Amino acid sequence: MKRQKLISDLVLNGALLLLVLIWTVPTLGLLVSSFRTRDEVNSTGWWTVVQNPTELTLDNYRQVLLGKDVSFTDAEGNVIEASGDNLGRAFLNSLTVTVPATIIPILIAAFAAYGFAWMKFPGRRPLFIMVVALLVVPLQIALIPILRDYTRLDLNGTFLAIWLGHTGFGLPLAVYLLYNYISQLPRDILESAFIDGASPFTIFVRLILPLSVPALASFAIFQFLWVWNDLLVALVFIGSKPEVAVMTQALQEMVGSRGQDWHLLTAGAFITMLLPLIVFFSLQRFFVRGLLAGSVKG
Amino acid sequence: MERDTQTRGLVDQIYYTTGRVLVSLLVPVVTFLVMWRGFIFLRDGDAPKLVTALVAIVWGVGGVGILFLLSNWLVEQFPPAWTDALRPFVFVGPALAILSWYLLIPTIRTLYTSFFDARSEAFVGLDNYIFAFTNPEMVISFRNNLMWLIVGTGLSVGFGLLVAILADRSKFETLAKSLIFLPYAISFVGAGVIWRFIYFFKPPGRPQIGLLNAILVGLGGEPQAWLTLAPWNNLFLIVIMIWLQTGYAMVLLSAALKGVPDELLEAGRIDGASETQIFFSIIIPYIQGTIVTVSTTIIIFTLKIFDIVFVMTNGNFGTEVIASRFYKQMFKFQHFGRGGAIAIILLIAVIPVMWYNLRQFGEQEAF
Repeated sequence: MKRQKLISDLVLNGALLLLVLIWTVPTLGLLVSSFRTRDEVNSTGWWTVVQNPTELTLDNYRQVLLGKDVSFTDAEGNVIEASGDNLGRAFLNSLTVTVPATIIPILIAAFAAYGFAWMKFPGRRPLFIMVVALLVVPLQIALIPILRDYTRLDLNGTFLAIWLGHTGFGLPLAVYLLYNYISQLPRDILESAFIDGASPFTIFVRLILPLSVPALASFAIFQFLWVWNDLLVALVFIGSKPEVAVMTQALQEMVGSRGQDWHLLTAGAFITMLLPLIVFFSLQRFFVRGLLAGSVKG
Repeated sequence: MERDTQTRGLVDQIYYTTGRVLVSLLVPVVTFLVMWRGFIFLRDGDAPKLVTALVAIVWGVGGVGILFLLSNWLVEQFPPAWTDALRPFVFVGPALAILSWYLLIPTIRTLYTSFFDARSEAFVGLDNYIFAFTNPEMVISFRNNLMWLIVGTGLSVGFGLLVAILADRSKFETLAKSLIFLPYAISFVGAGVIWRFIYFFKPPGRPQIGLLNAILVGLGGEPQAWLTLAPWNNLFLIVIMIWLQTGYAMVLLSAALKGVPDELLEAGRIDGASETQIFFSIIIPYIQGTIVTVSTTIIIFTLKIFDIVFVMTNGNFGTEVIASRFYKQMFKFQHFGRGGAIAIILLIAVIPVMWYNLRQFGEQEAF
């Protein structure tokens, strides 16, 4: 009986280990390759690094991050100058896009969720149903009309354009999730605050926002990852302006222009993944809670 | 005397009211000017990148905060009855305005353009929709999307369930789940690079640096250019999506599994049911709701899949999907009529799934 248990444990953990390996190896290969030299990457598989682990370098990161020119000697002995990619600028752009595009929709949605949950006004129910109904609209539908408005307002290629875009596309889910949370807050806390004569605005800032931190954090992580990893909205609203291009665009550009330079592509890809992975691991608890609350992003 | 006081009171009140109106006008105007200067600075400014980035963040986030403060303050300048009637709209107004501008009105506008020609000039009736359903490339993209839906959703949910069950009984649960969940945080472009590297092909005889071909050659096979192997290349793209989405399915299903009451399982065991029987007749029915929610969410996600195809093959070699056709019509061929029609088809495809999903979701406890 004990033996049987041991065997089944072994099979179970073995199967789990196999799955985990299959899921991890692709990322591992990327990470290892990003530290290998150009020649090494092109002549041997990354898994051979186990046999000679000494030849790792940070040059690839230097080249893609700082736009530093790198010279090297190719097989025939010619010295080749390669220009860098300046992903560092794209990293700043991505941050500039992502931080407001995460905070703005949360702020607007939290106000709206409070309004829908705790205020009485004509048309409350139909308006709320409209917000939820907009969850079905694929953002593709909005791209051309919004692009036309932006052209008229001369907004194309500005950060404001893309913040507002992500705000608009993220709002239905944000309002919906935050409404679910805020409407469940205990009624007596709010009522005693009203009796003390606090204005709804004060109640919102002093009471609702602090109480809703778990929900706000969950949605923030969700929206952060979504905006940071987005390519389509950036392509359409930022276009091909290199000064404002975000990380996903810059990497996509590299795939096009340096499709075979695996030492650079892998380093570039890992840089784009770095911040999401940090956020993901440090805030996983909140993130999972957000997912469980329903991720029905439109 | 009494009359005098009254007049003075009235004059005071007029002064007071005018002052209030003036201030009410001035404050928004000043705020607006400051915001506008900030915007011009950001749009045309030549400041160093880091400065621009910081100013942009402060301006964007602070701007929204000030807007709320200001509108609330404005509303409070009105007589109390007005304040009470107007205040809810200070709270829900901005969200409604942005939603109308970004989603509601564009839907109507796109529906409208879908009945017009490429430049939105001549009315063409249902031509764009007929095109969307008969054009050979569109037909291929529908076929591919169907493949994505069935294989991608099926295997994501299947693997998610498998990992959830295995991890539930293992000592390494947290670690295993974290590692499987990890790809969910990776962008499609990043995932594209990772998997292009795995599928990378070099002619026979040269050392294979792509993992898949290296394994194949190691086993004595011929290296393949996986991404050009129609129609199988679609499956190789779908693998990427499964890799990304399994973690999501696993998280939700794992939480559902933990909700299955132990007494129920014990009762089954006492009645002499085998583990397989317990799985199919107790666990599966119990977590059925979650399976449906997960599946519908992944279906909606899959219907709109675009980035993976765009990065991996750009739709070549018979790998187009609906959303990548949409992108080409809109931004490459600039045919707004056809692009619009495809977008509307996408919307119509999403509606029933989302409706079902929301209904399911409404029955669950949030947070």
